[in-house]
Parts: sequence; C-alpha cells; structure tokens
Amino acid sequence: MIDPRKEFIAQLRRYQMGSISRRNFLGVTGLGTAMAVMAGAVPGFRPRPSFAGDIGDKVSLTSWPNYHDPANLEKFKELTGAAVELTVFGSNEEMYAKLKAGGTGWDVFVPTNYTIANYVEADLIDPLDVAQVPNFDPASYSDPRMTEPGTVNGKIYALHKDWGTTGFVQNTKNLPDKLTSWKEFWDVTKDKATGRVMVHDYQLTTIGNALKYFGYSFNSIDEKELADAEKLLLEVKPHLFGISSDYQPALRNGDAWMSVAWTGDGKQLHKDIPEIIYVLGKEGGEIWSDFYAVPKEAPNKKGAYALINFLLDPQVNAAELAVHGYPIADKRVIALLPPEVATDPIMYPAAELLSPLEFGAGNVLTNPARAEIMARFKSA
Amino acid sequence: MTTAALKEKRRQGRWNALLLAPSGLWYLMLLILPLIVILVYSVGERAPTGGYQAGFTFDNYLNIGARWTAFKNTLLLAPTGTLICLLAGYPLAYFLAVKANPRTRLFLLILVVVPFWTSFLIRTYAWMFILGGRGLPHLLELIGIEGVRFINTPFAVLVGIVYAYLPLMVFPIFVSLEKLDKRLLEASDDLGASPFATFRQITLPLSAPGMITGCMLVFILLMGEYLIPQMLGGGKVFFIGNALVDLFLQSLNWPFGSACAMALVFIMMVTVGLYLKATRATGGRDVSLM
Repeated sequence: MIDPRKEFIAQLRRYQMGSISRRNFLGVTGLGTAMAVMAGAVPGFRPRPSFAGDIGDKVSLTSWPNYHDPANLEKFKELTGAAVELTVFGSNEEMYAKLKAGGTGWDVFVPTNYTIANYVEADLIDPLDVAQVPNFDPASYSDPRMTEPGTVNGKIYALHKDWGTTGFVQNTKNLPDKLTSWKEFWDVTKDKATGRVMVHDYQLTTIGNALKYFGYSFNSIDEKELADAEKLLLEVKPHLFGISSDYQPALRNGDAWMSVAWTGDGKQLHKDIPEIIYVLGKEGGEIWSDFYAVPKEAPNKKGAYALINFLLDPQVNAAELAVHGYPIADKRVIALLPPEVATDPIMYPAAELLSPLEFGAGNVLTNPARAEIMARFKSA
Repeated sequence: MTTAALKEKRRQGRWNALLLAPSGLWYLMLLILPLIVILVYSVGERAPTGGYQAGFTFDNYLNIGARWTAFKNTLLLAPTGTLICLLAGYPLAYFLAVKANPRTRLFLLILVVVPFWTSFLIRTYAWMFILGGRGLPHLLELIGIEGVRFINTPFAVLVGIVYAYLPLMVFPIFVSLEKLDKRLLEASDDLGASPFATFRQITLPLSAPGMITGCMLVFILLMGEYLIPQMLGGGKVFFIGNALVDLFLQSLNWPFGSACAMALVFIMMVTVGLYLKATRATGGRDVSLM
C-alpha cells in the first residue's frame, strides 16, 4: 500500500520542480475535489443555468414542518439556478413576531388566513403584483372562503396555498374506542390515555379546542370562557405526554397515543400506520387556509414571485399535495388528483363535518389574555 | 519624572487605548447598550397588538411570580446538573492529567472534544430517540422492567445537560491538575501521609480553582439553557430560557420578557459575586476562565 502522506509529498516535489501541471497536481492529490466542493458552497462559483430574468442564486421560503415536496424545490433550483432556503416555524405568533422584529431576509412566507390582516395593518406585507404570477387564476378556486382572507381592502396580499382542518389523531391500537368529540378527547386524556397525549405548542388550537370542551367558540376572547379553558388545561397538564407542534415522531414510535393534529399530519400518519385515525370533533374546531405572501422587506422579490408562480403550477402543486396531504382549493389541481385522493375522507371531509368548523379570527393572534393563558399553561 | 519618560508613558497610554478600543466598543455595543434597552423595556407596557410601548410601571417585575415554575425548574436543575458534571468530570480530568500515559493523553483529550464536531441539535435529537419509547425503555422491557418513561421528564433533561456540558467541566479541572507540582505529592508521601490524605490536603485544594471555573462555566450557561428542556423535556420541563422565548415570540409581551430577563441577570450577578468571593478564599490569582 502507498503511504498517502509520502505520495502527497512526492507529488508536491514534482509539482514544485515543474514536472506536472497544476491541474494534474490537484487531481492526483485530491485537492481538486476539495476545491470543487468548496466552490459549490460559495454562491458566486456555482455554475448557473440560463433563465429568463435572473433571480439570483437563492430564494428563502419560510413555512411549516412537512409542508413541501423536496423534489419540487430541487426542480426549482434546476430550472432557475436559485436554491430554495427553507425555514420552518411552529406557530403563527412566532412567525409574526420574527417578521415584526425585522431583518429576517425572508422572500416568501406562508401565513394562515386569520393573520394576514394583521400583517397588512402592521405594514409588513405589500399587495402582490399578480401579473408576475401567471399561474394564479382567480376563476379556478372551488370555494371563495379559502381564498378571501388573502384579499384585504380590495387588494390581493396573499395567494392560496392549501387548506385544512384541526382535529386530533388517535391510535386505535392503544385506544380502541373511537372518539368523536373534543369533550371525549380531553376526558380520555385525563383518564385512560394519561401520559400519552400531546397538544400543539400553539395557543390558537390548544386553547381553541379546550374552549370546544365547553361548547364555546373556538375564537373566544371572553374572560369567563377563557378562564374555564385555562382551568381545563391546567387540570390536563400533568396527564400530557408533551406540548409540541412536532408530534409525528412521538406518535410514530408509540410514545404518544393521541394528539391535536392538522389534516396533513393526520393523512401522513394514517398512510404509514393505518390504526392511527384522524378525527374531527363533532362540536367543531378549526378550518383554515394557508397562503403565500411576500414580506415588504424581502431581499429578492423577483425570486419570490418566481417561486410562488412555480409552486402554483397545477402539476407542481399536485405533487406538493401528494407529499403534504393537505387539500388544495384550486380546481385545476383537483382535476389532476387520482379519484381516491379527491374523495379522501381525511383530506376532503364530508360537508356536515365541515359546517361546524370556524376560521380563526384575526384578533386572536395578538390577544394578550390568550397569549398569557398559553404561557401560564406551559410554565405550570 | 523627565519629559522623555512622560512622553513615553503617554505614548504607551495611547497604544493601550487603541488596543483596547475594539473590545471596549464590542462590550459597549453588544452588552451595555442591549442591557439598557432591556432595562427600559422592562418598565414599559405591552402594546395592544404585542411588542413594546413606552411606559413606567413595575407591574412586570411584580408579575414575575407567574413564571415561578420556570425559575424553580431552572434553579433546581441547573445546580443539580452542575454538581453531576463535577462529580463525573473530576475523576475523568484526574485520570487525564495524572494517570494517563503522556503519549496517549493528547489522543484521549481529543476524544473528549470529538462530539463537538457533530451539530449539537443532531446529538440532542439522537437523545430524543435513545430516551424515547423505542429506545432505552424498550430495552428495559426486554429484561422485564415495564412502564419506564424517560423522555419529557426532568431526568431526560438532566441526562441531556450532563452529556452536553461535561467537557466544559473536564477542561478547567484538567488544566489545574496538570499544573499541579508533582513534588508536593512526593513530599506528602515522604512525610507519611496516606494517598487519601494527600489527595484531600494537596490535590483537591490546588485543583479548586479549576473546579470553581468549571462549575461557573457550566452553571452560567445552564441558567440560560433553552434547547435541551425544549427537546428532551417536550414542553413539560420548562426553563427560564423557554419562558423568555415564549414571552418574546408567542405572547409578544416584550416588557414582561425583559423583566424576567433582568431577574435572570440579577441571579447571575449574585452567583458571580459568590464566585469571586469563593475564589479569593482559595487564593484567587490561580483562577482563570482557562
């Protein structure tokens, strides 16, 4: 065997004496590979395919966990030369706080319906120039409720990404009796499922679904109703397995048997572990719609529009849906779905299950009482 | 003093000022000014839609009791973690500095550092799976011990803490033990002291500065810990660090968050005060933060 160090020194000597070329030296010693790797890491050195309208070499996308098809983002890079830098968040409050503090460097972000008016009011987003998003077609949406929150004061600030519901997942292997309501969810948590239940680290859904126990509105900011919800949450706290918006790992490895959950997580879990079912509480709960928006301070607006336009392409969007499992209201996308997906009971639930659901209200995002209850619940 | 000497002294003064300027500016911009901002915020009010609005009230400080559990968890688990690190780190440092073969010592020291080459986040994720239902509890089930739960308990947080902070304890103790004059040990032996008496009367006092430095490093960082309780405590074991993140990012209650942060700074200052006192008692000059 050749000693690599000796071999390197020998090559170095030959290079110094001029008997081999620089390129040969780099190749033989492996330094060439190292340099290619380094060059790849430095944006300016990256080879860039030609693209109509240069959008730079990166576009940042701020979104939610398990929410995009990595292959799509890779494809965007191939098409435009711009790499997508993905950051994920756990709650709208946090997203709002970060953008409000400024200096985020975000190009595209994914706010939820009820927060958009707040962003407009705080002057954090601009109306979109929809001419730069040719894939956006206002006539193609099946349900105006899913797209309306993107329009504030008659101007379009955000474009529909997908929608969903907030219910709960239940592992029927551990809890064979199928639950149907939020009342049962919280009661079982305190009883048979003690130590095995998770709730979101997110005040809207955690407090909202505790409010549903009493039959109050998901959006309540009434003092007495919130006090009831807080009492329930503090009672339940010792019985919880954890408080986290990233609940899939614990459900997958069997640590948790139930969790407050969003449609797509329910779909992803049910697909891999059929005994985990997704339930919409019969009292109601949340229905929501997520949007693409561009921060006022976005450093790469051109890239932002290119990325949104790419993701709204029906083919690309259908591929996104196959990964994240959230329904999309764009009829062009629905037409591309296999029939079993378009009629999937988790993704496209029956109308009677949807009718008691509520959209989150804008004032809930910044309500101090709800924020403080959540913080007290977590630090209890 | 001659004029030449005076000139020389002034010239040196200017040099000193020039050399100190960068660090001075650093501390001013990144420590003093932010602290003043936090102090001002802490007596302000939460704006109706979140954030800060000017005001002058001590309500935020009076409300700190609402985060009592977070303070209690931190003040309980940070010292406990520090103590376990000390008890586990001292023998290791002793072995490395005194017993280990000098030729393999460097290699062994590198082994202590090697884990730092992997992202801390990834290593903590690994602990999530080791302590989770499919990890250690599953192995315990195989030998008949059922129903054990590690993840999302204070125990899991302690494991994470000791794992992450042990090297910070080992190095200062190692340095102080390595500097130890071996002739003192021989003298003690010659004068008839037992190995234990020698250890207690010579090695231990002389390594005290390293122990105190290690404890301070670990304790101060632990007081601000956020990630380990978040990931291994699952929102059930809450530190002040987690309460602060929540107050700033979820509740958007910056004034209350600032008041809690000031309380934390105050606790730190008391601790560092005790530290300085303790080091003076053990012959201060030997103490250094490495």
